[in-house]
Amino acid sequence: MDRKIRVVVAKPGLDGHDRGAKVVARAFRDAGMEVIYTGLRQTPEQIVATAIQEDADAIGISILSGAHEYCFKAIIDLLKEKNASDIIVFGGGVIPETDYPTLLGFGAGAIFGPGTPTTETIAWLEKAVAEKRAKEA
Amino acid sequence: MFDPKQLQEVEEGNKCYEEAVAKALAKNPERKENFTTGGGIPLKRTYTPKDLEGLDYSEDLGFPGQYPYTRGVQPTMYRGRFWTMRQYAGFATAEDSNRRYRYLLSQGTTGLSVAFDLPTQIGYDSDDPMAVGECGKVGVAIDSLADAEILFDQIPLDKVSTSMTINAPASILLSMYIAVAEKQGVPMSALSGTIQNDILKEYIARGTYIFPPKPSMRLITDIFEFCSNNIPKWNTISISGYHIREAGSTAIQEVAFTLADGIAYIEAAIKSGQDPNVFGKRLSFFFNAHNDFLEEVAKFRAARKIWAKIMKERFGVKDKSAQMLRFHTQTAGCTLTAQQAENNIVRVGIQTMAAVCGGTQSLHTNSLDEALALPTDKSVRIALRTQQIVAYESGITNTVDPLAGSYVVEALTKQIEEGAWEYINKIDEMGGMLTAIEKGYPQKQIQDAAYQYQKSIESGDRIIVGVNKFQIEEDMSERKLLKVDASVGVNQIKKLHAMKENRDNVKVKDCLEAVRKGAQGEENLMPLILDAVRHYATEGEICGVLREVFGEYKENVVL
Repeated sequence: MDRKIRVVVAKPGLDGHDRGAKVVARAFRDAGMEVIYTGLRQTPEQIVATAIQEDADAIGISILSGAHEYCFKAIIDLLKEKNASDIIVFGGGVIPETDYPTLLGFGAGAIFGPGTPTTETIAWLEKAVAEKRAKEA
Repeated sequence: MFDPKQLQEVEEGNKCYEEAVAKALAKNPERKENFTTGGGIPLKRTYTPKDLEGLDYSEDLGFPGQYPYTRGVQPTMYRGRFWTMRQYAGFATAEDSNRRYRYLLSQGTTGLSVAFDLPTQIGYDSDDPMAVGECGKVGVAIDSLADAEILFDQIPLDKVSTSMTINAPASILLSMYIAVAEKQGVPMSALSGTIQNDILKEYIARGTYIFPPKPSMRLITDIFEFCSNNIPKWNTISISGYHIREAGSTAIQEVAFTLADGIAYIEAAIKSGQDPNVFGKRLSFFFNAHNDFLEEVAKFRAARKIWAKIMKERFGVKDKSAQMLRFHTQTAGCTLTAQQAENNIVRVGIQTMAAVCGGTQSLHTNSLDEALALPTDKSVRIALRTQQIVAYESGITNTVDPLAGSYVVEALTKQIEEGAWEYINKIDEMGGMLTAIEKGYPQKQIQDAAYQYQKSIESGDRIIVGVNKFQIEEDMSERKLLKVDASVGVNQIKKLHAMKENRDNVKVKDCLEAVRKGAQGEENLMPLILDAVRHYATEGEICGVLREVFGEYKENVVL
């Protein structure tokens, strides 16, 4: 892969739990990706604007407050609206597995639950971005 | 603690022991090359009286209830009365949470602990655009006194003590509690409980800040003063290491950053003209109980000792109870696994033992399903039963500070104390905790520790049962989880709008103007906020006025 993967790690909503987001952001960086971490309390509009402006390949959403259904849907809808649905959306946090199908149904690429090794997330993201770029090429 | 002859014998004995170890190692190497505590303190193969050389029983330990309180803050500890079993709870509406509180009280919980939803914690009403999707999710939605009245319905506030996890808008929620009590005929002087009111750890680790540091510190010292004069039994702050640890810190960092926060509050209150002998009595603390049993017990003991010294030597506090570090504990949420979640019961059991051996004043035990969602009634009951089993069946409550004198526990207590002092001194040199936070220092330290922790799990160096060893295939879809419906938000907004139509809106406007004027000046804001709350001004309205005057904190993103 010639161009480095660019990924926005985002904390939507009012949730202040950023341990996971920051650990994952660092792991992405150590894996050679370019990481943009948004900081706390981002609205879906801000997150989507950041991703477009930064020409990101993907948005990783970290959410532990239970507001995941709203946040994933709002972000994915906004991406569609802005003709930026090629940006991959994935995420993790405290999300019951029974809610995974709903989030994947919205268009999320994958949900990584508690205890997922960062290597697994990295491997998935590398593959997903490679496929996306192959399609675009 | 030992005379030279005894130590001499130990040294000779140790030579024999080392020879035996060498033989054993030649046959069977140990499981690892280096052993450490969960927080990374190197552990020796065995500890002996040699490790306690220089330990002075009277000066370093003393007796329970005596300076420096290493062995506990009360002379009889749990032989007199168990700790307060206080389960943090709150979700959806005030009605739902009220039902959960009354259920918990009927099951033997001895104090309430209110969890608010994020809009409430960050000063937004339920109909605020920032609140979309969050209403009632991680706690109960409280917009005004009307909700607080329902929340504490049929709960006698003169008999039950209530802890509220509320920080930036603490004065508003405390005012609501006072106003509900007044309606029950309970004067504020009879109330007991705690507000978290600890903004510094919000900047460092938890994230529910609103205002910049300076006005935030003023709100806090206003509360100290108001409570000293009016609610003498109220804990005005719960200086929290819990969230610092959850964010990934080590045990030493947890103690150090918490106590450094404490120093900042003391200094601010002294600067505002208050006497630490008075307000110091109502400061409380909040720590995490993590998995490494021995390290955790040592941590609680070390924290008490350091705080007593800070209060006595640094601030010249003579009042005994103002020298005591009294604390609440919660078992470590970050140790709960989504995998084979039933195993969490055992983790919580070990953590409970650590908190009790460490001399906690109150305890929340996490429920087994909390890595997945809010806990169900059944899992909350198991968590409470865990405390009751430790209290009534384990026997560790029948003698005070049962692990005192253990060579390793005393050695770890000393190491944690020394490690924490190093950080505290460093923060002092930087100019205090406020400056350190501005520079991102504690944030960076915590993140580094969190990253190391994750790496140690992924390398297999640290085993988490069910996560990186002993895994099984599980069908998660069969699990019964609590889910807060989106209709909760819709109904809450309807209720809020109806309430606004029925209150005296002219009076509300006057009260809010008074709060604005007060905020622009220097008078104590508590009476003004209390007045606004009594007239059903909403939390969002009051915080809105304060936001206009104080501005908002901007996060210092450190990665």
